[in-house]
Amino acid sequence: MPESLAGSPLRARLHAVTVDEAAEDSHSPLRAVDGVPVLGDSPVPEASEQGNVDAVNPDWVKPDGSRLAGIWAGLWPKLAALGLALAIWELVVLSGWRPDYVLPGPGAVLSRLWTDLLSGDVLVAAAITMKRAVLGYGIALIAGVTIGLVMARVKVLRTAAGSLLTGLQTMPSVAWFPLAILLFQLSEAAILAVVVLGAAPSIATGLLNSFDQVPPLLVRAGRVMGARGLGLYRHIILPAALPGFLTGLKQGWAFAWRSLMAGELLVIIGHAPSIGVRLQFSRELSDAEGLLAWMIVVMVLGVLIDGLVFGTLERRIHRRRGLTGVHG
Amino acid sequence: MSAALPHALPSSIVTSAPKLLAPVPAAVERPVALRLDGVSKRHGVGADAVIALDTMSLSVRAGEFVCIVGASGCGKSTMLNLVAGLDTPSAGQVHVEGGRPALMFQESALFPWLTVEENVAFPLQMQGVGRGERKQRVAELLAMVHLEKFARRRPHELSGGMKQRVALARALAQRASLLLMDEPFAALDAMMRDHLHLELEQLWQQTGLTVVFVTHNVREAVRLGDRVLLLSSRPGRLVAEYDIDIPRPRRIESTEVAGKAREITDRLHEAARHA
Repeated sequence: MPESLAGSPLRARLHAVTVDEAAEDSHSPLRAVDGVPVLGDSPVPEASEQGNVDAVNPDWVKPDGSRLAGIWAGLWPKLAALGLALAIWELVVLSGWRPDYVLPGPGAVLSRLWTDLLSGDVLVAAAITMKRAVLGYGIALIAGVTIGLVMARVKVLRTAAGSLLTGLQTMPSVAWFPLAILLFQLSEAAILAVVVLGAAPSIATGLLNSFDQVPPLLVRAGRVMGARGLGLYRHIILPAALPGFLTGLKQGWAFAWRSLMAGELLVIIGHAPSIGVRLQFSRELSDAEGLLAWMIVVMVLGVLIDGLVFGTLERRIHRRRGLTGVHG
Repeated sequence: MSAALPHALPSSIVTSAPKLLAPVPAAVERPVALRLDGVSKRHGVGADAVIALDTMSLSVRAGEFVCIVGASGCGKSTMLNLVAGLDTPSAGQVHVEGGRPALMFQESALFPWLTVEENVAFPLQMQGVGRGERKQRVAELLAMVHLEKFARRRPHELSGGMKQRVALARALAQRASLLLMDEPFAALDAMMRDHLHLELEQLWQQTGLTVVFVTHNVREAVRLGDRVLLLSSRPGRLVAEYDIDIPRPRRIESTEVAGKAREITDRLHEAARHA
């Protein structure tokens, strides 16, 4: 019965909650922590003198209703941009600048992409390409970290090889292919070598730069508390350098991915229908729809890895350390 | 005792009790916790060399609370680095009893990738203390600084005052007998500072620590110290020494503290004019 709602326990409980919130909101200038008066001594994001961990929410998780709204707020600009890009593409096609069989419209390309997805071709090609990417990047990671660590430890080596490393990093990795093909013929090894050569210098440089950015105060604090030698690296320098190192890892990935695409176009291995092989064959067969569909596959894979792998890592590290200036 | 000291004996070595008898014999027997013998530190070489510390001699007895005051550039931080073993003197000798001292900075220097309790556990981990004992010690230490409810938080979630309390707990975790403090409360507001003065004084009285506290705030030095050492700037040199026999607990706004602070500040200005 509606009349009895005013006296119902539910109503009473709601009322109690409001009162509690009001009490918490009215910050008196002098609060007490364990009976000791403290002025303005509250955790930065949200005051909770009771120390109720659940009450303070550094991750700003919203209630369910507004959570969907939050996802939508992040999603609609992306969808709008995508729609705009497709519209421009369609307009260019409609303008008759190039004939259909050279530049097909988004409708034809997307339906071709859908067919290739259903037939499993995309999955097979993506699997071959990603296997190479992961293997190459993995080797580059081990090599880059080893080189970076050794150069950070041995100052002479850094002075000697620092500019060489920069030279390797700035060199377009495609330039390695002629040599790689001479050394390894048209093989997996040739592709792998160039992927590693493309990514490892970036990873090593990223590690070195991130070490340079470690606050000296933290190193001092660590040394005072007894961290020395390798322990200092393990417990202080590496974790402190992690956010900067992640930037190097991301850059390394970008180089690896580009080297791999170049490699797959140049080093055609017939029995392995990778994304690059598909692109190349589409061009040779003047199959413009297929070509554009495969280009979309390349782009989507790049975005997915950047967002899902590196983006997730980055957001997690930044949130934990309160470095939310960039990600909000 | 170092012969180079300008005074014969420190008359105020008793920690907390107001002094009734002038040099207390028992106090004289307290062992020396820290001694600097003619310590100099030069940064750089040749004509560009800067003398940060010039033949500094001093000694601090176990359980004593010594404050070091001076204008910027007086080599306070250089001195703490030398005592903490982070740097080596160009001349002279530094003797520290009872192992590596703990050091607290103006910034908390908490590790942002660790939680509050992991930060406090860090020195214990470095000393190879087992997991179970570590947990128990950390709980005790966080209770000492009234932060037991914030154990799982991350440093960025805490206010400046709380961060410094965690840093203090972490320094105490080292179980060093000598605690060095480099302007630890300089970045805090006055109310918070007053509160932390009281907390630090109580912890010092409970633990019997030796404290060397560097500050540029003369009142803070008089509020906390058994003894205040005055350093001149460029080069850093010991110019005067004051025994503070105002009974504890002191208040920073009391007339005794203010009066003594004025005396020391006048001397500080005089030293600055001669420099």
